[in-house]
Amino acid sequence: MSERNDRLSVFKTYKLYVGGKFPRSESGRVYEVTDSKGRWLANAPQSSRKDARDAVVAARKAFGGWSGATAYNRGQVLYRVAEMLEGRKAQFVHEVADAEGLSKSRAAEQVEATIDRWVWYAGWTDKIAQVVGGGNPVAGPYFNLSSPEPTGVVAVLAPQESSFLGLVSVVAPVIATGNTAIVVASEKSPLPALSLGEVLATSDVPGGVVNVLSGRTAEIATPLASHQDVNAIDLAGADEVLAKELEIAAADNLKRVLRPQPVDNWSATPGIDRLTAFLETKTVWHPTGSLGASGSSY
Amino acid sequence: MASAFDYAPAPESRSVVDIAPSYGLFIDGEFVDAADGKVFKTVSPSTEEVLSEVAQAGSEDVDRAVKAARKAFEKWSALPGPERAKYLFRIARIIQERSRELAVLETLDNGKPIKETRDADLPLVAAHFFYYAGWADKLEHAGFGASPKPLGVAGQVIPWNFPLLMLAWKIAPALATGNTVVLKPAETTPLSALFFADICRQAGLPRGVVNILPGYGDTGAALVAHPDVDKVAFTGSTAVGKEIARTVAGTRKKVTLELGGKGANIVFDDAPIDQAVEGIVNGIFFNQGQVCCAGSRLLVQESIQDELLDSLKRRLSTLRLGDPLDKNTDIGAINSAEQLSRITSLVEKGAAEGAEPWSPECELPSSGYWFAPTLFTNVTQAHTIARDEIFGPVLSVLTFRTPDEAVAKANNTQYGLSAGIWTEKGSRILAVANKLRAGVVWSNTFNKFDPTSPFGGYKESGFGREGGRHGLEAYLDV
Repeated sequence: MSERNDRLSVFKTYKLYVGGKFPRSESGRVYEVTDSKGRWLANAPQSSRKDARDAVVAARKAFGGWSGATAYNRGQVLYRVAEMLEGRKAQFVHEVADAEGLSKSRAAEQVEATIDRWVWYAGWTDKIAQVVGGGNPVAGPYFNLSSPEPTGVVAVLAPQESSFLGLVSVVAPVIATGNTAIVVASEKSPLPALSLGEVLATSDVPGGVVNVLSGRTAEIATPLASHQDVNAIDLAGADEVLAKELEIAAADNLKRVLRPQPVDNWSATPGIDRLTAFLETKTVWHPTGSLGASGSSY
Repeated sequence: MASAFDYAPAPESRSVVDIAPSYGLFIDGEFVDAADGKVFKTVSPSTEEVLSEVAQAGSEDVDRAVKAARKAFEKWSALPGPERAKYLFRIARIIQERSRELAVLETLDNGKPIKETRDADLPLVAAHFFYYAGWADKLEHAGFGASPKPLGVAGQVIPWNFPLLMLAWKIAPALATGNTVVLKPAETTPLSALFFADICRQAGLPRGVVNILPGYGDTGAALVAHPDVDKVAFTGSTAVGKEIARTVAGTRKKVTLELGGKGANIVFDDAPIDQAVEGIVNGIFFNQGQVCCAGSRLLVQESIQDELLDSLKRRLSTLRLGDPLDKNTDIGAINSAEQLSRITSLVEKGAAEGAEPWSPECELPSSGYWFAPTLFTNVTQAHTIARDEIFGPVLSVLTFRTPDEAVAKANNTQYGLSAGIWTEKGSRILAVANKLRAGVVWSNTFNKFDPTSPFGGYKESGFGREGGRHGLEAYLDV
């Protein structure tokens, strides 16, 4: 870098990512985000209930197009995100180091693992149906096929500690399978999540497919858990007390609930549990029509 | 019923089934009285005759049964897969051997026609045990990891519409995966589950692996809430399902819920009308419409509405309602006085809201609980009868003009269990099936079931799948 010590750097105003746009919180509130040593990093938007509801509207609107896209297309779009992430690696290393108090090299490992994780999920879009779906040999003249479909709009409470690898590990599987997501970023360390929004915006991911909110997890999660147009909720970032409260609220419209799972090491191979957690199985029956003398029959 | 054909009565004999005057709870391999000595009566819905008196489980009994299941779990789960499989195969065979007896019993206790218990319920019950028996020693190949583990004690609560079939759907996969079970049958239909206890005895099933606790809703609630139950499986109403979801919140219990539905049966203008009419009848009048996946909303393309309805009404006029034990009976009794009053009040509401009811000329027996097959025309999406699950032989007819409109109307419900599509155009079937938010889609057929075929709902019809490879997941630690 240059020797000019007199140059004042340009700060970034961190904003939410909702419906493909970057709004401030409608509440006009922000909260102070500090690094692990308590130094000020930024004023992040403190989302309100209204922001959460706006995000649900955006996610619902995007669901038809995203779930209707071909699995191959979704894979291409997700891979494009990985390309963008690679290009912005330095920025994320910086943010993750600040957020989690890691050395530059440890932070770089996290970011690289995160990008690899995203690539891994990008490759799943057009394979999951073959792994969890299939033909059923029913005892009759019927063609019978079970195939997975996305659940719909999924609220995702990102893990509190792992600000980037943990975040991507819970967001990528949700959208890889064709759901749309409202992500509540880590309360303490929301900046990598908000920056991910910027990456998504430049990666062919349609607006509304992922919506990122920052603020108080409990405040944002409560209206999402009780929202009648949210189909599922991942409670990864909720503590025990909040998780129970949200699971009770989620029962109102029988949301699919993924309870907090203990994750010691986000770098470990994740398996497909998070992909299948937000899938429905649709079984379609059709007569094969046994051909008799009179032609086809039902 | 005015008809050119009169049928002579063809009653199935009751003598194949021997119903004892009283039954206990089945806990740890034995029939025992309830701790507080409570009993209740079970009646035949077609005659209101008291069939038997059954012990009513209270929370103390729930605790006893769960303890027995916990104790049995250790050995049962450690049993090699091929051995567990053989127990299930034995059960399947005994069910086949005793299927006539069980069919008559089920008809007496539930009110459904013998034609259905004999030709649909019982063959499927046996088939479920056969299917899952074969999984018991193949779990490592099921796609849930190298050595998937059972969950422990399964608390299972089943409804009254398919008492023995729902038992099979719950118990067969639970046992195949190495769990032990405590099952609560519905208060109006406890008998076939108690006969199943005897089948477990004949099969030599170890004590405590299967426990049966007849009782009412409070028994089920106590079972679901019991801290030593690891898995909850419920089939029943959406309202109760939500209550269960709240009860298990914050616990480790794994839950699957099979709840209500308001299935749309969509008939396009190029559909084979005669087959569609059969499918519509089967969709809503099978089991007196007391089916969660019933095709209770008929969506018919406007251009063929008149032709289809004429044909449908003509077909309804040939349905025979009456003694469920008569082999010619198509429509049996409603399961209980309570259910009958629910159907009646919803139908009255439908008429009050402006929909037009129609029923064939139909003589109802003087005793028992009966409701004539009914269809409503002039129904809009706002009508209660187009939104609420009636769970009776009542069909609401709506119309549409374009495939998009059909899909929009079909999906306009909080439920998402089943749907039907009738058209000659294969590409249209696939396009429409793709867009329907329902767990089971029948095209050019309806109400087909098979143990190899996953069944379950989207949205407020619940979560989890029963049947097929998918059905194993509910009972494995995955």
